[in-house]
Amino acid sequence: MLIAVILALAAGTYGFRLAGVLLRDRLDLPDWSRRLLPVGAAALLAALAATAAVTEAGRFAGWARPAGVLVGVLLAWRRVPFVLVVVGAAATTAVLRLLGVA
Amino acid sequence: MLRDVLALGAAMIAVGASFGAVAVAAGLPVWATLTMSAVLYAGGAQFMAVGLVAAGSPLAAVLAGLLLNARHLPFGLALGDSLGPRLRHRLLGSHLLTDETTAFTLAQPAGEARRRAFWLAGTLLFVAWNVGTLLGVLAGGAVGDPAALGLDAAFPAGLIALLLPSLRDRDTRHAALAGAALAVVATPVLPAGLPVLLALAGPAAVAFRRRSTPTDAAGPPAPAVVERTGEMSC
Repeated sequence: MLIAVILALAAGTYGFRLAGVLLRDRLDLPDWSRRLLPVGAAALLAALAATAAVTEAGRFAGWARPAGVLVGVLLAWRRVPFVLVVVGAAATTAVLRLLGVA
Repeated sequence: MLRDVLALGAAMIAVGASFGAVAVAAGLPVWATLTMSAVLYAGGAQFMAVGLVAAGSPLAAVLAGLLLNARHLPFGLALGDSLGPRLRHRLLGSHLLTDETTAFTLAQPAGEARRRAFWLAGTLLFVAWNVGTLLGVLAGGAVGDPAALGLDAAFPAGLIALLLPSLRDRDTRHAALAGAALAVVATPVLPAGLPVLLALAGPAAVAFRRRSTPTDAAGPPAPAVVERTGEMSC
């Protein structure tokens, strides 16, 4: 039973991944719609980041996490190296939680 | 670039370890936990599947996980030839496709740089996730809560940092902001996975409109598309 769940999930997920990659060549897309593909990917990534930043299991994630993400975004805005963006975001959230902020 | 990937890779080892520990604690056999990280390789769906299987709903685990992972199809469309020219590159590379890999790849200029970024990020993050899972299985309850380290803030911050340069393009900025707002608003009312897919509504509406007016198939200048993106997705 368990192995069936894992294999079904793995096969379906790989199917999504491969279908997108292979369809790119099969679809004869005009230039203007090809330009929309990275725009669509950016919109998806922004939506992922935003929902991951402020929600947890469909509800508000509390203040510590979005505060950390905000610090990371400000650091990235100031062109601070990526490593420090990631560490800054995590450290802010960790310290806030240590202080008792949810 | 390597240093950037390693930074996210380190966070991924920690979250992978937490997955390994959580899965074993939920009663999943060790072999199943390790297999899941290797053949499914999708963090969100793995945590969700462990929860639903433990709750006795295997069918829900499959459906919810696939809904959550449907976003990989448009990611694959956007990456396309960044994986390499050969079929075997695409067959293998497709398995390494994740949110973070997509973000690292699209942050590079099109061409050879993207291909290198895809394989570097794809390989390292895959290894990090699986090594992390193994460590978590071995350490069990000794693995700390990644929330205490603030790692749940690290991933969204990293994604946004990788996205920022592309947001200088007005078209992309409008689509990203509208998509993010739409997804957050929809999250409390829709099952996981769907809110994020709603972000495609803006770009898709532009494509649909263009298709229904074949007379200008050569395409008007970019600004026309930008206006429509904003109008349709806000």
